[in-house]
Amino acid sequence: MAELTNPVPDAALRLPMQRVDHPSAPSRAGMMQFKQASVLPGFNLALGYTVVYLSLIVLLPLSALVLKTTSLSWSAFWQVVTADQVMAAYRLTFGASLLAAVINLFAGLLVAWVLVRYEFVGKRLIDALVDLPFALPTAVAGIALTTLYAPNGLIGEWLVPLGIQVAFKPLGIVVALTFIGLPFVVRTVQPVLQDLEAELEEAAACLGASRWQTFRKVIFPATVPALLTGFTLAFARAVGEYGSVIFIAGNIPFESEIVPLLIIGKLEQYDYAGATAIATVMLVISFGLIFLINLIQWWHTRRHGMRK
Amino acid sequence: MLLATATVQRSAATREPTWLRWLLIGGALAFLGFFLVLPLLSVFAEALRKGWALYWQALVEPDALSALRLTLLVTAVALPLNLVFGVAAAWAIAKFDFKGKSLLITLIDLPFSVSPVVAGLVYVLLFGAQGWFGPWLMAHDIKIIFAIPGIVLATVFITFPFIARELIPLMEAQGTEEEQAAMVLGASGWQMFWRVTLPNIKWGLLYGVILCNARAMGEFGAVSVVSGHIRGLTNTTPLHVEILYNEYNFVAAFACASILALLALLTLAAKTWVEWQAERQRALDARMAMDE
Repeated sequence: MAELTNPVPDAALRLPMQRVDHPSAPSRAGMMQFKQASVLPGFNLALGYTVVYLSLIVLLPLSALVLKTTSLSWSAFWQVVTADQVMAAYRLTFGASLLAAVINLFAGLLVAWVLVRYEFVGKRLIDALVDLPFALPTAVAGIALTTLYAPNGLIGEWLVPLGIQVAFKPLGIVVALTFIGLPFVVRTVQPVLQDLEAELEEAAACLGASRWQTFRKVIFPATVPALLTGFTLAFARAVGEYGSVIFIAGNIPFESEIVPLLIIGKLEQYDYAGATAIATVMLVISFGLIFLINLIQWWHTRRHGMRK
Repeated sequence: MLLATATVQRSAATREPTWLRWLLIGGALAFLGFFLVLPLLSVFAEALRKGWALYWQALVEPDALSALRLTLLVTAVALPLNLVFGVAAAWAIAKFDFKGKSLLITLIDLPFSVSPVVAGLVYVLLFGAQGWFGPWLMAHDIKIIFAIPGIVLATVFITFPFIARELIPLMEAQGTEEEQAAMVLGASGWQMFWRVTLPNIKWGLLYGVILCNARAMGEFGAVSVVSGHIRGLTNTTPLHVEILYNEYNFVAAFACASILALLALLTLAAKTWVEWQAERQRALDARMAMDE
């Protein structure tokens, strides 16, 4: 739905596409063929180019990664990916990513709500600015956040008397990952709130529901699939994030060292097998998250279809 | 997103009390202020902390200039590659029905979910000194890793899906009737593409190019793995910012960062403009359809 109402949504948060069944569903005979007949030219050229380019740029390199991992024996692989320092990095990376995604879940819903429902000065500007984390290079975000949240920084100096240190601590990682994931929930929820029919809320009000009840029972359930998708996208992005985190994290092993940094550390020591093993674990997790997002989308289209 | 700005008129029963509205707006603005606006402003404030003279000096310093040149060069190579791919992929996927389409789309999306560090690593495994093609490349005196080709490859990987991702849903929604009509009227394949398809997808295409460009210029993690950080040779601007920052040369680091921040703001402005144009075109098309 969102795809039709919003002609040019953001590539980076584009949801995995669901195939819509066209009325001209393939006939039984057509099912046997690889491609349905069409008068349009260029299929072989376009698909051939796509597959070759995809294989060269993405598939071949990624399979090199997996093949390189198999040069390690299973026990050696297991030893590398479950070493204490690596386990601490997983805990930190996933913990901080989860926390940042949860912050973005609530803040994203709030921002989307305010942008869709209310009028205020500078709204268009704010709306355009939400995509800043997609456009701003991560290294720039990293040094800017570090300067702000350092103990002598503009925000940091207010937090020191409260006993909170953000920069160079795990909390700093959460701040950086919150910045990076900020647009995802906003941009997935915004079109859903926009499309929500006012009649539904009017009906709820007529039936005697309070505004809070309407939100809880009518509005919120409609946004759940979009919230979940945005949450998972933000989480997936945060898990792999490197540029913005390394400046603010402090990068102390066992305390503030994220998994991508661990991979770089191993590479710098020419431990290619070790770096590859950890990277493979990250890759498998990425695949898992893609699968999860596809699943949420599938569930969403099914639910949406049923409501219609 | 222009749609969001058209607030629906609501009756009192489906509105929140005024105090709650202002509380929510205040909360949202405070969050965006702390996480978006302040970091953005701080880049410029830090860059100009010691005055314009030092700021300018940091920008025209030879290493900074060569980093900027490299960034532009890498983008100039990566962007057209992914543009051609994006159009080809969208043409095959959106205009034809074939088996394995969903799988193909998922694979195209893959680079979005792979950590930039992992993206850089895979090219080291292929082309590095100890990689698959390492010995062969060494024998023929070709350098890919710790050289410009590696940076280009890593950037191409990271920005791989951007344009295809914009075009596929757009072209799927447009269907194939107009192209079929062109074919029936005797147009050649290229005539049809240039006169029918391209004008239809131009805003989506431009939108994808803008996003792809922003990411290509700003990529840090993947490029950092393959670049080798050789000053004046294989340093892109984001990497140059890192080096300056780690040398505690904050004014120069933020000066170079401010150029990237300006590019980001330019990107957002261009993106908003394209959205506005696409919206206008859509409204125009809808009116013409109604007139008929």
